[in-house]
Amino acid sequence: MNHFLLAAALTLSAPAAMACETVAIGDLTVEHAWSKATIGAGRPGVFYVEITNTGSTDDALVGIATPAAGMPMLHETVVQDGIASMPHAMSIPVPAGQSVQLSPGGYHGMLMGLTTALKEGDSFPVTLTFEKAGEVTVNVDVLSLRAEGPDCADAGQ
Amino acid sequence: MLGVGAYRTRNRPALSEVLPLPIGEMSWALTDHRDQSVRPTDWAGHPVMVFFGFTWCPDVCPTTLGDISLWLEDLGADANRLIVALISVDPERDTPAVLADYVSNFDPRIIGLTGPAEEVAQAAADFRVTYRRVDKDGGHYTMDHTAGVFLFHPDGRFASIIDFHEDRRFAVPKIRRTLS
Ligand SMILES: [Cu+2]
Repeated sequence: MNHFLLAAALTLSAPAAMACETVAIGDLTVEHAWSKATIGAGRPGVFYVEITNTGSTDDALVGIATPAAGMPMLHETVVQDGIASMPHAMSIPVPAGQSVQLSPGGYHGMLMGLTTALKEGDSFPVTLTFEKAGEVTVNVDVLSLRAEGPDCADAGQ
Repeated sequence: MLGVGAYRTRNRPALSEVLPLPIGEMSWALTDHRDQSVRPTDWAGHPVMVFFGFTWCPDVCPTTLGDISLWLEDLGADANRLIVALISVDPERDTPAVLADYVSNFDPRIIGLTGPAEEVAQAAADFRVTYRRVDKDGGHYTMDHTAGVFLFHPDGRFASIIDFHEDRRFAVPKIRRTLS
């Protein structure tokens, strides 16, 4: 890698350092945890993450908790007959040998009752509870309201 | 649910009932994020791109606005005459000031529109858009709403719809066809 590319890589990865962390619990790895800046604290924040199950047993994400919000919950954006709705998701399946993404326009964590507005560059912890693997905590990077995801070297693979 | 599907296939509504009206035949009056009043006649002669949403939702709305911002960047100065508007289906929370805060995060050519409930209802009727308030636990509510992006030719004729999550390879050419 030449010096120019190295410098570019460092610049890109620095602000998204935490989102690019991978944490593991049992057969599950959790990575690319990010959120979007909010306008004030009176409206919900959002939580996106990628979960991979490398084991041979199905698991499921059944809840999230965070000091950043009083009432975090799991949602799924569904578009049916052209109409978008956002029903509550009781649990999000994480089948054996598969990856599941909480990502824009699909499953997401909805952070109701924010304690403070989320600003770009902030980070906060979210604890994920899995039906079988138990609890694991990840650090979540707050990106801009326009962001489509963190810039990680391994993102999208 | 089965009943609804069966009804739809047997009694397909006439096209005139499902396609948006030409802009010139619309009759809503809304206010933009700079507190200026906007009427359909103000858009005469311009290509138009409109979608409905509400800024309270952190998922669908910013995703659509983010997509639109990328399309506009792709189109560059060619899209400068294109009117791009988000019409709020949640005027109770989306005041012009909230919309101003919100759209400042995206391409500056995107405007936010809101207004009295009956004018939002009129706009939805003119565009053949559906929306519905859904009450949730804890006194919160969200809005179900039509998620597509509507395109119109400069003469006001409806051109096409870009579906939610439609690939940019298809979306940008659809917009380009309304620009000339
Ligand atoms: Cu949600």
